[in-house]
Amino acid sequence: MSAETVLEIEGLHKSFDVEVLKGIGLTLEPSEVVCLIGASGSGKSTLLRCVNLLEPIDAGRIEFLGEEITAPMVDANQVRRRIGIVFQAFNLFPHMSVLRNVTLGPRKVLGLSEEQAQGEAVDLLRRFGLLDKKDEYPDRLSGGQQQRAAIVRALAMKPQLMLLDEVTSALDPELVAEVLDVIRELAESGMTMLIATHEMSFARDIANRVCFLDNGVILEEGPAAEIFSSPQNQRTQQFLQRIIKAGRL
Amino acid sequence: MIALASTVVFALVVVLVVSNSRGWPEVQRQFFNGEFFRESLRVIPKAFLLNVRIFLIAEVFILVFALFIAILRSLPGAVFFPLRALAIVYVDFFRGVPTILVIYLLGFGVPALQISGIPRGELFWGVVALVLVYSAYVSEVYRAGIDSVHPSQEAAARSLGLSQAKTLRYVIVPQAVRRVVPPLLNDFIGLQKDTALVALLGPVEAFRQSQIEVASNFNYTPYLVTAILFVLLTIPLARLTDWLVIRDRRRQLALGAAR
Repeated sequence: MSAETVLEIEGLHKSFDVEVLKGIGLTLEPSEVVCLIGASGSGKSTLLRCVNLLEPIDAGRIEFLGEEITAPMVDANQVRRRIGIVFQAFNLFPHMSVLRNVTLGPRKVLGLSEEQAQGEAVDLLRRFGLLDKKDEYPDRLSGGQQQRAAIVRALAMKPQLMLLDEVTSALDPELVAEVLDVIRELAESGMTMLIATHEMSFARDIANRVCFLDNGVILEEGPAAEIFSSPQNQRTQQFLQRIIKAGRL
Repeated sequence: MIALASTVVFALVVVLVVSNSRGWPEVQRQFFNGEFFRESLRVIPKAFLLNVRIFLIAEVFILVFALFIAILRSLPGAVFFPLRALAIVYVDFFRGVPTILVIYLLGFGVPALQISGIPRGELFWGVVALVLVYSAYVSEVYRAGIDSVHPSQEAAARSLGLSQAKTLRYVIVPQAVRRVVPPLLNDFIGLQKDTALVALLGPVEAFRQSQIEVASNFNYTPYLVTAILFVLLTIPLARLTDWLVIRDRRRQLALGAAR
């Protein structure tokens, strides 16, 4: 690839009380969409939080656009403004309207003027069908609308990498599609994304690569079609079989 | 209807018991004298304005200072340990020492130091003492509010690149303050009453004025007048607190139903 590698993770270790990540290595090229699959507790969320520096790592290194962001003395705020993350539980600010949620970062971190931030926010909200909700408070929105608003909030910072942490897991089934459509559109627009998900058919459609995480290590990694049709590792096979049995693939 | 009837019966019983007691005529003369009541009403409300002033001034400083203490206490990381420790010592001390002692110590102690440039007024130090004592309580209320904001809110704010300070200012504190308004008002009701303690240093506020009236007439009716004034001041705040609590509960129920 000619353009700079977006994300490069090497030998990443992270423990809380027990070791959650046991030497993760992963690379994302520009416009690549990589899906992390695996059982709950396999370390997907922790990995995403480490990349956004929300969790300090114990060993290894993470490079973002050629800069080692896990080096000491790196300004985490500088890094985070360029990496967007969307959480499973939306985490919108309940005391702010949708518009204020979206403009907070651009105004207070990027230093945009009120008008400029609002103008950009309105464009984004229109693009994702939320313009009529801009003055509503989060508790007046459906889960799907809240999650789309959270995605818009992250996008308003013009990130060069998006991390999505099981963004549809807290949604009622009928609301999942609207959020997946948004992510699909982002992928088509060339956004580089690292996505932890339980939506296997979605992962198969959208991912350039799929990583199967098991017990803190990437057991298997490859093009989506390969992983889902002919998984090599026995644990991957077992995991996918359970998913198929549950009717989720 | 039943509530009304039982209230009336209860009130009647109390009135009968009290008015048939042996000492009632004497008490009536000493505490419920119409003439002294009217006379007190001419002087005490004026003095009561001082209580209101003390309350309003102290309240502003308490709101700001207590928030500052609460934020010190919730600073994360080992670097800020000295500040956290300082805040804890402060809160422990001023919650532990009786208000009346703090007022005496500051009101008589500090002016006696005779340091130039430091105010000597009893009123000034009385207000300072109230601010110090109540800030300790109110900072704990704030802190409970800050702790009640879910960590995921902080994560969301930090993930946008907001610094720790901006996260507190725009995301955590606004939510925390909203949640603690009822307990805050509760503490302020306490503060309204405790403005009377400043009288111990000399300023003639309502309680002091009523003492003067009592002493000059040998009749306790002025105390009753002062008590009524304090109650009249606290009732609106108490009802406001109730209303806010009910409104909050309704809102939460409505949300629960919507989900």
